[in-house]
Amino acid sequence: MASYETTQDYINHHLTNARMCSTEEGIVFNKACEDAGFWVWHIDTIGWSAFIGISFLFLFWRVGKKATTGVPSKTQALVEMIVEFVDDNVKSSFHGSSKLIAPLALTIFVWVLLMNLTDLIPVDLFPWIAGLIGQYGFGMDPKDVYMKIVPTTDINTTFALSIGVFILIIFYSLKIKGIKGFTKELTMQPLNHWAFIPFNFVIETVTLLARPLSLSLRLFGNLYASELIFILIATIGYLQLPLHFAWSVFHILVLPLQAFIFMMLTIVYLSLACEEH
Amino acid sequence: MNFNATLIGQLIAFTVFVAFCMKYVWPPIIAAIEERQKKIADGLAASERAEKDLELAQSSATDKLREAKDEASKIIDQAKRRANQLVEEETQRGHTERENIIAQGYVEIEAEKNRVKEDLRKQVGLLAISGAQKILAREIDAQAHSDIVEKLVAEL
Repeated sequence: MASYETTQDYINHHLTNARMCSTEEGIVFNKACEDAGFWVWHIDTIGWSAFIGISFLFLFWRVGKKATTGVPSKTQALVEMIVEFVDDNVKSSFHGSSKLIAPLALTIFVWVLLMNLTDLIPVDLFPWIAGLIGQYGFGMDPKDVYMKIVPTTDINTTFALSIGVFILIIFYSLKIKGIKGFTKELTMQPLNHWAFIPFNFVIETVTLLARPLSLSLRLFGNLYASELIFILIATIGYLQLPLHFAWSVFHILVLPLQAFIFMMLTIVYLSLACEEH
Repeated sequence: MNFNATLIGQLIAFTVFVAFCMKYVWPPIIAAIEERQKKIADGLAASERAEKDLELAQSSATDKLREAKDEASKIIDQAKRRANQLVEEETQRGHTERENIIAQGYVEIEAEKNRVKEDLRKQVGLLAISGAQKILAREIDAQAHSDIVEKLVAEL
């Protein structure tokens, strides 16, 4: 952090995404995007999450293509272990039959887990590399080059996931219960009387909306906080070594747990959506 | 909070990933797992069956063995009994034979004795006659007194 003027600058720099937007002058980056409003792309978030997702799907796809029913290779054993773990959880929580839930849960679990695990990479490594590339490749000031590699510390990622899940909740509710059943569920619960319809509707709508909101905010909050603490620890000189170690060890537990919770709640919400009352 | 177009990008990425996973990743892997599970279950069932078969075969083998032993001892018993019976019968037969032979011997001896007696009697008679002849040679005619001699011989 030697090259930063203040700790504040350092922290702000590490918590800022690399941005891209198009203006009248063409495609511009970072600070030029301050006034672009909604149409800004966090290219580090998108790039890293896509890279991670494609790597994981490519690995699993290759294993699936070469899958043998005999003695599996070590890679296949690992992949099967993960798949079976997800399948067990889906089977124990989701009692309907759906070809979508299990692959959805697998994608969420592995993708979120791998995105979370980038949190364990030393916080200065990728900003430093990106700074070097910016400096020597494009002649930029390294302080103007941003690289925030943990995609799940970006609220856009977690909300994209939970909105996807929310759309599926609505889809399955309508598919299984029909428009009538779904409307009835929203208006006739918890008090089954016509006079309470507005009251029920407010309560049930809040319940429905709270699900994706809590899902995404939980993941975002945990990851953002842990990333922030990592950055704070990185500002305190040599004392950071044991602290970094302790915080990393703690996150070996927290990061998979968050991925697991996200997957489990997705399964539970979808199973609730598929349940007939 | 910093919502922007990234949300749309991530939503698209998520959708594509889930669709890809659903179509190309999940089915072959889960199929392989289930296939192997079935194989293992079949193998376990087969081994269990084989174990049961083995047990059955073992118990039937011991049964057969016991049966064979029983049979053998029965046959041996029978043979012993038969042998004893044969010995008994033979002994019995031997006894009777011996007694028969002895009895016959007695009869023959008796007959011989009688014959010898007869013979002796005749000889004695003859001897007596010849003695008498020698004594009476001078005074008795053999022809005239033969009836007396015959009578004597009969009396002996």
